[in-house]
Amino acid sequence: MMNFQFNVSELIFVLPELFLLSAISIILLFDLFASERLKPLTYYLTQLALIITGWLAFDLIGESAIIFSGTFVLDTMGSTFKVFIMGFAIIALVYTRHYLKAHELLRNEYFILALMSILGMMVMVSGHSLLTLYMGLEIMSLSLYALIASARDRAVAIEAALKYFVLGAIASGLLLYGMSMIYGITGSLDIAQISNFARASTLASQQTLILNFGLVFLVIGVAFKLGAVPFHMWVPDVYQGSPTSVTMFLSTVPKIAAIALLIRLLIDGLGDLQHYWSDLLMIIAVLSIALGSLVALMQSNIKRMLAYSTISHIGFVLLGFVTGVVEGYGAAVFYVLVYILMSLAAFGSIIVLNKNGFEADQISDYQGLSKHSPWFALIILVVMLSMAGVPPFIGFYSKLFILQQVIAEGYIILAVIAVVFAVISAYYYLQIIKTMYFDDADKEITVSAPLDMRVVLSINGILILLVGLMPSFWMSLSVSLF
Amino acid sequence: MIALSDYLILSSIVFCIGLAGIFINRTNIIMLLMCVELILAAVNTNFIAFSYFSGDLAGQIFVFFILTVAAAEVAIGLAILTLMFRSRGSIDIDVTNTLKG
Repeated sequence: MMNFQFNVSELIFVLPELFLLSAISIILLFDLFASERLKPLTYYLTQLALIITGWLAFDLIGESAIIFSGTFVLDTMGSTFKVFIMGFAIIALVYTRHYLKAHELLRNEYFILALMSILGMMVMVSGHSLLTLYMGLEIMSLSLYALIASARDRAVAIEAALKYFVLGAIASGLLLYGMSMIYGITGSLDIAQISNFARASTLASQQTLILNFGLVFLVIGVAFKLGAVPFHMWVPDVYQGSPTSVTMFLSTVPKIAAIALLIRLLIDGLGDLQHYWSDLLMIIAVLSIALGSLVALMQSNIKRMLAYSTISHIGFVLLGFVTGVVEGYGAAVFYVLVYILMSLAAFGSIIVLNKNGFEADQISDYQGLSKHSPWFALIILVVMLSMAGVPPFIGFYSKLFILQQVIAEGYIILAVIAVVFAVISAYYYLQIIKTMYFDDADKEITVSAPLDMRVVLSINGILILLVGLMPSFWMSLSVSLF
Repeated sequence: MIALSDYLILSSIVFCIGLAGIFINRTNIIMLLMCVELILAAVNTNFIAFSYFSGDLAGQIFVFFILTVAAAEVAIGLAILTLMFRSRGSIDIDVTNTLKG
């Protein structure tokens, strides 16, 4: 029987969430009553709220506590993830505003929905019971469905929203079914008690069977949210159909939350069943890397290509979890963060070319970009080389760390498969570089993005280079989270 | 006396009907929403049965949350559906194939 108690002093540990929730309410009210002239302020308030929330979360790094009767956990990993979520969201929203302006989609609900989904991610990152994890997941997903559909006049966006909605709902259903099985056999929603139950060596074979039955559904639910093969059907369609700003948001920040969900459920909760779930993850990871790399070769739409590239990157992340050692988990977290940094820059460089309703989403739109704007062509070059895993860029080290751990744990064949497909995937990244530098343009593309967009995109591109100079520091930081 | 296993069998049947409905149904999106509801109903049955037989209330509280979230989910689903009807004049699935895949 759970004993619910409420202690006011515990509220200090949820300060970032509380602040963000109040900020959302205030911004919502402000936007409702503000005059036309003051409306643009909503964007700045949103950014301010994110900065303060990130700072509050940063302040809590080092503290650790399990509060609210075991439903909410505060640890270094959670706080660090929150800081990264805020940082990436700030960059994403800068790009978003330019995109929305260029396409006359700028409505302030967009920012409020984005904040709401970030709140859901924070709850997910800190969830310590099946209930909080589920609630966080739904707060995040429901806001994301609405975000995609916010481009009301675009038939493709509505279709993408519908696909994401239906498949997301199925994923939640499967995850819940797994949770109900886990709850039934362990008799608790608390992750710590589930972990204690799984650790007990006196499990009857029937109990192990039901536990594994639930585990399979949990893995399917998480794989759906991450977009890993064979649960990837929604990824290309949703990425292509959504407005590019939403695609960027979808492919970046929620991935941290999904990884946190995986860590909380599989490692914190069912860590003792590691030999069961790592087999499942291994199949999913290999299929993701293979399919993501091969199908991306045939795409002419850059958003669809990046969708398949995401699938293959997610495969690499899951490889880190397959190893079942702390260093492997750390490498996976490092990979996710690096992937998000690269993905932000990749979508940012699509968005920077957008103007007056022109959507630069075909690869042929990049022809001759190096002549018209060499600086942004250079950034795209860095991003693509980094995604392909060419040293000295950061994408190389993230792949290297994963492969090191995979080999150290004796999965030589896995490492060989991963490397072969990484080489294959280099083709479509290089193809974009070739299009930019060696193809002649039939029409002139000029970049007319505002200053903040240019500056942030440049910083983003430079970060990919800079982080690559001291990868081991970031890697040890990632490992120390566990 | 109805045993725990009876509830579990019932819920797994309802769950399978819901899942099969989603994959077989190729005509109407409203039907998809109904199938999602079936899946959630199966989960709720599971939670309540486990909760009742183990004497732990947490499962029943979880069901309240699932019901609330399901209501919100359907609200968003129907809103997207309305938008879709406005842009295409139809809510058939066959029409929604601009994005291949």
